[in-house]
Amino acid sequence: MSTATATADTHHDHDSHATNTGISNNKLAMWLFLSTECLLFGALISTYLLYKTRGNGDVLPTDIFDIPFTSVSSFVLLMSSLTMVLALSAVTRGEMDRGKAWLLVTAMLGGVFIGGQVYEFTSFYREGLGYTTNPAASAFYTLTGFHGVHVSLGILMLMSLWVAAQQGKLTQKNTETVEIVGLYWHFVDIVWIFIFTVIYLIPPA
Amino acid sequence: MTITEEPLALGSGVTFAQRPLGVLTRPQAQGGWKDWVSTVDHKKIGIMYGVAAMFFFVVGGLEALLIRTQLAFPDQGFISADLYNQIFTMHGVTMVFLFIMPLAAAFANYLIPLQIGARDVAFPRLNALSFWVWLSGAIFLNTSWIVGGGGANCGWFCYSPNSGIVFSPTHGVDFYAVGLLITGIASLVSAVNLIVTCLNMRAPGMDLMRMPVLTWMLLVTQFLLAFALPVITVALLLLLFDRTFDSQFFDPDAGADPLLWQHLFWIFGHPEVYIIILPSFGIISEIIPTFSRKPIFGYTAMVFSGIAIGFMGWGVWAHHMFVSGIGPISVAAFSMATMFIAVPTGVKILNWLTTMWGGKLHFTTAMLFATGTVAMFTIGGLSGVTHSLAPADTQQTDTYYIVAHFHYVIFGGGVLGLFGGAYFWWPKVFGHFLNEKRGKINFWLMLIGFNLTFGPMHVLGLQGMSRRIDTYSAGYGFEFWNLMATIGSYLIAISVVVFFYNVWKSKKEAVDLPPPGPDPWDARSLEWSIPSPTPEHNFDELPQVESFDHWWFQKYDIDDEGKVVRIANTDDVAQDGSATDVHLPSPSYWPLVLAIGLPLIGYGIIFNLWLCVLGGLLTGGAIYAWVLEPVDDPDAGHGHDDHHDEAAELAAVASGAGSDNEGEG
Repeated sequence: MSTATATADTHHDHDSHATNTGISNNKLAMWLFLSTECLLFGALISTYLLYKTRGNGDVLPTDIFDIPFTSVSSFVLLMSSLTMVLALSAVTRGEMDRGKAWLLVTAMLGGVFIGGQVYEFTSFYREGLGYTTNPAASAFYTLTGFHGVHVSLGILMLMSLWVAAQQGKLTQKNTETVEIVGLYWHFVDIVWIFIFTVIYLIPPA
Repeated sequence: MTITEEPLALGSGVTFAQRPLGVLTRPQAQGGWKDWVSTVDHKKIGIMYGVAAMFFFVVGGLEALLIRTQLAFPDQGFISADLYNQIFTMHGVTMVFLFIMPLAAAFANYLIPLQIGARDVAFPRLNALSFWVWLSGAIFLNTSWIVGGGGANCGWFCYSPNSGIVFSPTHGVDFYAVGLLITGIASLVSAVNLIVTCLNMRAPGMDLMRMPVLTWMLLVTQFLLAFALPVITVALLLLLFDRTFDSQFFDPDAGADPLLWQHLFWIFGHPEVYIIILPSFGIISEIIPTFSRKPIFGYTAMVFSGIAIGFMGWGVWAHHMFVSGIGPISVAAFSMATMFIAVPTGVKILNWLTTMWGGKLHFTTAMLFATGTVAMFTIGGLSGVTHSLAPADTQQTDTYYIVAHFHYVIFGGGVLGLFGGAYFWWPKVFGHFLNEKRGKINFWLMLIGFNLTFGPMHVLGLQGMSRRIDTYSAGYGFEFWNLMATIGSYLIAISVVVFFYNVWKSKKEAVDLPPPGPDPWDARSLEWSIPSPTPEHNFDELPQVESFDHWWFQKYDIDDEGKVVRIANTDDVAQDGSATDVHLPSPSYWPLVLAIGLPLIGYGIIFNLWLCVLGGLLTGGAIYAWVLEPVDDPDAGHGHDDHHDEAAELAAVASGAGSDNEGEG
């Protein structure tokens, strides 16, 4: 204790402002994790782009895309980013009830998107595009499926936050926790913007 | 994070009024096996990485001896062709993923916090998680010998369509894919953790450009890992989906392109080469200045050449694919890039030589290994430049010339340096020296054995001997050099036995020898300013760093005539490790539990999906228990503090583990 007290000034690196970068460890770790995710989705998107016309004589994903439907579900997902920001803003101001409500709305909008994906996959399957039909189908389902799993994990995290807030464990002091989950959530949305533009909107050459 | 002078008011964690569940307490074991399985101490984790890596070194080494025994004479049937395929595959996979990477992780875990003046890494529990997940993946991978119908048999880069179910019908490739996915999660978590540590946890005054070269090289390595692993993760998942769920990623008959695998693999695989070599570069950049009695020559150039290697390492992957028909423009571009990457590497070699130039050289065992690394890596680097010439490479591809090259780089450049590091830091880690005389025998046997094994392979390759063929016929002129290589490989084996004997004997003898003291080599970086072995809390007080080689300048100064003068005795300026009541992060069992869940999911994918449910429950439960376990154990006598933000950890763990769950579909 004696030695430690002597240099007490230097010992307060448990607060975010005391880290070398000024960014807390947790937030920096999330940023790094998301940067690695870029490579993961980069590899999956590249795989799809390589294979998108390789139908082996069967139906291609691009033949059966339902752009209006997917536009709506994309819009829902993007709006969930807005509600995520509102949730963070409420928690920052200490309005926990409002924060909880927006967390719940965010998770529900994510759930609607996942529901849309399940519907889309089901209808594609009925139209003859199975997972093993051709390289294009495999690549499409793997890419969008991976994204769906990421959204689902995000919903799990949002619901965990909601439960913690409900039990009083998540308070204004944990604003940064909400912010970090928000980073993940926004990232997953941004990935979808890429996927929707590159995979759905740009027609095959 | 861990540095608190009194029980904290738990600012960012969740404070529990009482324990939510009996099971959610932080373990308190001091000593014994419970201490080791629940520890979050970066030093113990580093030691466990080292021990486990050496175990797999022996496993991979025995596989190498089987290969060389088979090839000692022409037309031998010592092992069957099929078994031979499995053994050379598992030799490569074991040495790369289960030996060199974890051994480098051992150094990274142990030394990064010490060299930057921190008390632990940024996320101690994630650090434990990395180790246990890696170990569970490593064991999982090797269980394919028992339950998978043999090891993977597709070569360490497992090209498709050879890796498909048609040509590789046993479960070996499945174990390869899932095993590497699991160890990949470990490396990814570790990379994020150590990058945050380097960027956020440095002692006051420890600017980035004052960090020791080793820490710099390890930091670059972690960035390479962070960005390379997601790519192989995708490749392995596609392979696994092809084999398990009949997807169509690599089946040429269905219109797929097997070259996709080669691209994805080598976009990971070439940075991987630098992941293997840069830690060793860092290690010898600490050893050579110490034993040349000079500061490292061109510190800035050393750092930036390391960063340059890290960047350029992403632009050379297709030189592994010159014969795959990627077209003349690609070949030319990647040829040029490959030649260019020799430049920063050459800068490093020049700097090591100029560090030694005019220095007072002390050829301790560590220094012998370091100079051996420079010399052997130079040979490997030069043969590497010959590969950058695409026409020559076309002749060399898939011959023993390639095998010679990458062993000179990975063994000569990587393993020799790591052994040097072991001799160098042994007194710091264990509080006693490794015997120098036996160490030198170890070194010379290894150096001679190494050159005798892999030197002749240059000749064999240029004579046209193919790699991955289980035998060769007499009369092609391969006999003599193959026999030499086999003799050399047994010399290496003997040198490793000498190393283990040295470890054992030196510990026994240490009782009668004076302790090494904090700074036995009169070295330069911060880890030498604290007692040996390192006290649990590392630093009594955090150093106030004023310059590069701060610790050296505590002991020495430069007078007006430019001469080095001693200004203080080491023992007077070193810390004595007497601080008590420094609060350290509490141990935790959940990293281990989480790690046990992952191979169960792996077995589930391969054998019975119900096992996935069990593994998934274990993993998911461990994640929630991890988040919910108190940062401060109410039963503990004082305020331990792990300082984890629960949801951030949940996010980090869930996503890390999540990429695995996603894999399981």
